[in-house]
Amino acid sequence: MAEVLVLVDHDNGEVRKTSAEMLNIARRLGTPSAVFIGSNVQEAADVLARYGAEKIYVVADPAVTGALVAPQAEALAQIAGQANPAAVIIASSSAGKEIAGRLAVKINAGLITDAVDVQAVDGAAQTTQSVFAGSYTVQASATTPTTIITVKPNSAGIEMAQAAGTQVPVDVTLSDVATAAKITKSEPRQSTGRPELTEAPIVVSGGRGTGGDFSPVEAFADSLGAAVGASRAAVDAGWYPHTSQVGQTGKQVSPQLYVAAGISGAIQHRAGMQTSKTIIAVNKDEEAPIFELVDFGVVGDLFQVLPQATEAIQARRG
Amino acid sequence: MNIVVCVKHVPDAQSERTFNDSDNTTDREGVDGLLSELDEYAVEEALKLVEASEGEVTVLTVGPAGAADALKKALQMGAHKAVHVTDDAIHGSDAPATSLLLAKAIEKIGTPDVVITGMASTDGTMGVVPAMLAERLNLPMVTYASQLTIDGSAVTARRDGDTASETIEATLPALVSVTDQINEPRYPSFKGIMAAKKKPVETWGLGDLGVDAGQVGLGAAWTKVDSFAKRPPREKGEIVTDEGDGGTKLAEFLASRKFI
Ligand SMILES: Cc1cc2nc3c(=O)[nH]c(=O)nc-3n(C[C@H](O)[C@H](O)[C@H](O)COP(=O)(O)OP(=O)(O)OC[C@H]3O[C@@H](n4cnc5c(N)ncnc54)[C@H](O)[C@@H]3O)c2cc1C
Repeated sequence: MAEVLVLVDHDNGEVRKTSAEMLNIARRLGTPSAVFIGSNVQEAADVLARYGAEKIYVVADPAVTGALVAPQAEALAQIAGQANPAAVIIASSSAGKEIAGRLAVKINAGLITDAVDVQAVDGAAQTTQSVFAGSYTVQASATTPTTIITVKPNSAGIEMAQAAGTQVPVDVTLSDVATAAKITKSEPRQSTGRPELTEAPIVVSGGRGTGGDFSPVEAFADSLGAAVGASRAAVDAGWYPHTSQVGQTGKQVSPQLYVAAGISGAIQHRAGMQTSKTIIAVNKDEEAPIFELVDFGVVGDLFQVLPQATEAIQARRG
Repeated sequence: MNIVVCVKHVPDAQSERTFNDSDNTTDREGVDGLLSELDEYAVEEALKLVEASEGEVTVLTVGPAGAADALKKALQMGAHKAVHVTDDAIHGSDAPATSLLLAKAIEKIGTPDVVITGMASTDGTMGVVPAMLAERLNLPMVTYASQLTIDGSAVTARRDGDTASETIEATLPALVSVTDQINEPRYPSFKGIMAAKKKPVETWGLGDLGVDAGQVGLGAAWTKVDSFAKRPPREKGEIVTDEGDGGTKLAEFLASRKFI
């Protein structure tokens, strides 16, 4: 069976859940090989093998790991040149998409982004995507021997599938232009202690209707163990960081439960949450378009409704 | 400083967007089109940069005849000239082919100091054309800039990533994609609308770019849409009006769906 490369999504060796999901997808299409770019592979190797990586290509060169993403695309292209993979699977983050775009041009391979599912159909990869702000579902495939796919979080389950995990060190030669863009300063963001927005099973978002006071939204979210999101109006007003924005130009989330409080439901917001399994809205205006999407809606003031709901949840939990 | 801004004409997101049944491509005829909102930020940023120093902004698009409207809007905002790459053979082109045409056109314009793009189109939303274009032009690239300064031979940008806020530097010439956080795009003024009528718009076909018809269009696409289906509308949910018990009812709903 042909190799399928998975670019490992990790934080300094700590493998993210999306990597296990991508390995699961890779197993449907061929023999998974992980591509690990960074130091600390020893921390990652066992996990990658447990989720099905037969091989682990290791790129540890600091010139690759220290620069922006262009060198990663060069490294992947060199590995793909040797492995002739049936597919290359990459996480659908902004960095992942840049790597995928560059790789597609380098190796002349079709690229499909933001897949929410990938299956083998007649031996080749076929993807499912959600387009036009979630109003259409599309099946697509590549016409080239290799398919590059970026996949969204939660596009597959994770399954143990112990494999050899043989490490293959890779030396890459980088072009000058690959290292011409550099990160000169990096201010780490403070962790909120809440789950990651795109991975969380429950997301509670606040909008302009909060008037800048997110405390009832956060308290309600915490009672459910949820991530907190925001509309662009709330972000533009400076009430919540842009990294929490849900929508077309923010994060696209697809949780089991999405709660929109004080959010009208503009098309650009819908583009980021329309595919959520269950949707709830709390809004003062019964005409708000968000109510067209909901499984359950409360017409009311979020400052009354959310605290009461929070209390009721805590009471039930005891 | 000379800047090329790549823009796209897209179906209006406020209308019913769909596909052509015959070949599974995006329907660009049945729906009103406009300059992709996310490209307005790119045009605005380019205008600010040349206003603060000197130079020209050229807007460039690849698309059918109607795409000229997107160029017109950018010229009305203040861009100096426009290039429209159009050819029947282009219909159905995917991102790699689009990036090829953009790259060839930029080479013909004469590689500028900076190429600016929006972060993604509002129709396809792949967000990969900037990276493909940087790859083809062999330029360093800064994506998702939320702040931009250019001085002398370098571009400095700020990017708000998930785990960190970063400052990124690249040597010129470079390609930069900007987010909707970077500025507030201007509306065309009456004067701008009048002035746009006299601004030069060049129309180039494949022959002008030395691109073979076999390299672009639906037939040459590296990916294909196998099928599409409209998502069934969500079933109308239960809506209650808060009469002092809205929160309690919300909690009951959550319990009934096993969220608590
Ligand atoms: C290019 C572009 C990209 C965009 N990208 C995004 C994006 O990624 N994400 C996004 O969210 N938006 C995006 N937008 C903006 C979008 O069009 C809307 O402007 C935005 O979503 C509105 O945010 P909102 O619903 O919080 O505010 P509003 O539309 O002002 O709605 C506020 C709602 O709160 C309700 N309300 C007020 N007070 C209360 C109260 N006390 N209790 C309960 N309800 C109350 C009101 O009835 C109203 O429905 C984008 C726009 C453009 C042009």
